Amino acid sequence: METLLISVINGLVYGMLLFMLASGLTLIFSMMGVLNFAHASIYMVGAYLAFTVSRFLGFFPALIIAPVLCGLIGAAIEIWGLRRVHHNGHIAELLFTFGLVFIIQRLVQMTWGMLPMAYRVPPSLDFPLFVMYGANFPAYRGFMLLVSATMLLGTWVLLKKTRIGLIIQAALTHPSMVSALGHNVPRVFTTVFAGGCLLAGLAGVIGGNYQTTEPGMADSMGPIVFVVVVFGGLGSLAGCFVASMIMGMIQTFAVVIDYSIADFLRPLGVVFTGDTLLTEVLTVPVARIGALLPFIMMVTILFFRPRGLMGTRDT
Amino acid sequence: MTALSLRDVHKSFGATQIIRGVTLDIAPGERHCIIGPNGAGKTTCFNLISGRFPITAGEILLNGERIDTLPPHKINRLGLSRSFQITSIFHRLSVFENLRCALLWSRGYRYSFWSPLWRQKALNEATERLLEELNLSARRGILAGLLSYAEQRALEIGMTIAGGASVILLDEPTAGMSNTETDYAMALIRRMTQGKTLVMVEHDMKVVFDLADTITVLVYGQVIATGAPADVRANRAVQEAYLGALEE
Amino acid sequence: MKSRWLILTVIVVAIALPWCFYDWGHHRHAGFLISMLSQMGMMVILALSYNMLLGQAGLFSLCHATFFGMGGYATIHFLNAAGDGGLPLPMEVMPLLAGLAGLGLAILFGSMATKQRATAFAMITLGISELMATAALMFHHFFGGEGGVTTNRMIDNSVFGLTYASGLQVYYLILAWTVIATGLMYFLTLTPLGRMANATRDNFERAQFIGYDPRMVRFLQFALSGFFAGIGGGLYAITYEIVTFDALAAPLSANALLMAYIGGTSVFGGPILGAILITLLQSGVSLLSNSWLVYVGVMFIAMVIFAPTGLAGIIKAHGPIQQAGRMRGLLVPYLRLVIPALGLLLGFVGLVELMSFLTIGAAQGKKLVLFGSAIDVHAMLPWAISIGSLVVGGLWLRWEASGFHRVWEDLAAEVRR
Repeated sequence: METLLISVINGLVYGMLLFMLASGLTLIFSMMGVLNFAHASIYMVGAYLAFTVSRFLGFFPALIIAPVLCGLIGAAIEIWGLRRVHHNGHIAELLFTFGLVFIIQRLVQMTWGMLPMAYRVPPSLDFPLFVMYGANFPAYRGFMLLVSATMLLGTWVLLKKTRIGLIIQAALTHPSMVSALGHNVPRVFTTVFAGGCLLAGLAGVIGGNYQTTEPGMADSMGPIVFVVVVFGGLGSLAGCFVASMIMGMIQTFAVVIDYSIADFLRPLGVVFTGDTLLTEVLTVPVARIGALLPFIMMVTILFFRPRGLMGTRDT
Repeated sequence: MTALSLRDVHKSFGATQIIRGVTLDIAPGERHCIIGPNGAGKTTCFNLISGRFPITAGEILLNGERIDTLPPHKINRLGLSRSFQITSIFHRLSVFENLRCALLWSRGYRYSFWSPLWRQKALNEATERLLEELNLSARRGILAGLLSYAEQRALEIGMTIAGGASVILLDEPTAGMSNTETDYAMALIRRMTQGKTLVMVEHDMKVVFDLADTITVLVYGQVIATGAPADVRANRAVQEAYLGALEE
Repeated sequence: MKSRWLILTVIVVAIALPWCFYDWGHHRHAGFLISMLSQMGMMVILALSYNMLLGQAGLFSLCHATFFGMGGYATIHFLNAAGDGGLPLPMEVMPLLAGLAGLGLAILFGSMATKQRATAFAMITLGISELMATAALMFHHFFGGEGGVTTNRMIDNSVFGLTYASGLQVYYLILAWTVIATGLMYFLTLTPLGRMANATRDNFERAQFIGYDPRMVRFLQFALSGFFAGIGGGLYAITYEIVTFDALAAPLSANALLMAYIGGTSVFGGPILGAILITLLQSGVSLLSNSWLVYVGVMFIAMVIFAPTGLAGIIKAHGPIQQAGRMRGLLVPYLRLVIPALGLLLGFVGLVELMSFLTIGAAQGKKLVLFGSAIDVHAMLPWAISIGSLVVGGLWLRWEASGFHRVWEDLAAEVRR
């Protein structure tokens, strides 16, 4: 029972982190049709920037400065790079963001080195919030939930209640129409791209000390975020949220499950013997297969329901 | 048996009704023009017939068979072909290749990856003949995307009829053309669609009244008149909808 | 007819090259050269088969290495079976079996992936790639987990009576299969499927309205591309006698993309050029600098923005001018470009290397050595030179580039007349 509750909360925390990343990606993707491969790289940059800034100015200033810097980087990428590539077609845009991954990766390594950074939870937040079933629930996790919930709320308010939000919403599903209505679509694009990067940077700030801040961050987070975006469906932030939660839960729970598929099937009288690949797949504990689950889920949903859970646009 | 029939076809995009109950029968070999103000739903009709969008209600029949649930390529194989309002060709292939591709399926080549195209004599000769008819022989090696607008339109018409479809849908084939180009295009269309059923969306009234056997007037997703040109011209409702645009 | 001579020349050179570097004194082949040439062969197949998707069918796939790797893994097992006597097939046929393995997997995944358009397709291939790479790391059966699977290629079964003990014999096997695979892939472009793949790339809808199901076209193209990738993987397995999850991991797929794109996706031979070039650079430059990836990334992005047709596309663009005999008109403009370009390059490389040595190199205890003398990465001078060179070179190049562009346009217009 304890495991269940603790896992649920951990899953929630991780899910919210995923959502912060995935929402930025969904917005960029849905509106501009560009899959920003470098999104997880910006996340990484956010974490590193936060680390450096917090060393000089402290964690809370970093919470504001790092995401803003990431937003500016995003704007720069859009204005000087993406916009130029736009007229070469969709594939060129994909290739461009793909190439960015290498460059950002190496730049980060060159600036900060190859070793993990000692980006730790700030002392002010490093205490147990409450004790549950004998285990401490770190206050920092609560903080993460707070930040991500605030961001979620803020984004929702921005989209639903402000004029720019209305334009963005419309552009999420009907970009050409919005352009035809006379809005400065390039500027809107830059804003959205920068905004998405800002969100990624913010996720990096709070995620960087939850996970390890090291050059491989982008590679481990990246694919999972893409899975979430595809799973949740395009043009739908709500779907993105649901998918993030599901993914967060699954990844957290999977680690705890020590049973294998064969164990589930045994009560049904199905037994596997022999030393083949199939038996290996079925007897490996789910905890170990955990890493595979997101991709299996993605492939499955794309197979049965190409729009994702709540997508409004067919990709 | 009609060549093409629409039976009480409805189409809504979300809550917006675009086509509100269109019933139309087109006889084989007929030259049928669909006219109407902008936004009437003419292109949408074409899109529904050719399978680009699914219909919300009703039936569409091609030579007696229902096609409203079929994907575009299957409808094409049953004998219906269309051109697009915005020129739709293979811009990175040569003119020759464009036409040859349009001939492939009807000649049974399917998805073959073992027959080299340069060896297919009959196919290549047919492509040459088509090129001549379209007067594009001199341009055969040029990439389709580099042709002039009128040439591209001619190419598209060629590709539309190449497969031997019996029902041809042309969506504003003379859009953006000068008078000379229009005359030329219409002569080409007449020649190439002889013996076939032709359904055309057009704004150029001169073209419409020159060519059509039957005219259908579409306003706000509904048919307000259909019949011989003289009857349509005299129709009050049509005159109201067009406010004198028919005084040719 | 010119291209036929070019192809023949390339093949002859490829055959003769190892002998040009033969160490006659010690009766030894240059191992490094043969190794690099072998790598080139495999990469040519990988890049060409990738271009079947990217350049010819307009499909951006991120799981190409999956089929290469699958061919590799399968071949290891085939070779082991052959060695045990369970599979009485000659070595020369092994790559074909590898291809079939790749084909099988490509049919399975392709049936799912090609139902989607553009970006969804890219994402599903990304998922497939990650799925397979993770599975290869995880499972011991078939994949051998982290350690991979190994074999011995001395299966003592060959149509030509060769043992394949020496690298040279393996190289010639690779060369033969590369030529065969390239020939087949070229042939494919001349068939209905090949042409329709192009057509589907250009205009999905129009393809439908000439009677073709574009998804089926894409599916078949995807499957065949997996077949050829598998052949490459088979050759990989034969050469290195070990296959690990690297052979189907994302970096290799990215490599395929790089080679195809930089070489040029719109010309059939582009990926060949790209594969050769990138392999050369990789073998050469990576020895000199560990910032290899930055250069590749920047080169890639520069091409995406400025030269989307790739190197082959640029070469091809010179065709009409060369045929009109007006190439000389470009000589001076090109020279005028070269100097600022070199300056820009120098500045950029300098900056990257300095930065790299400042952080990474310092941690690794390495020192930047240029022409034999050590450079102090903390001094102002190297930085000043690099930044200056970069800025000056950049601005000058921009100025020259517009001039060049004008000359080019004039020449092109003249030639058209």
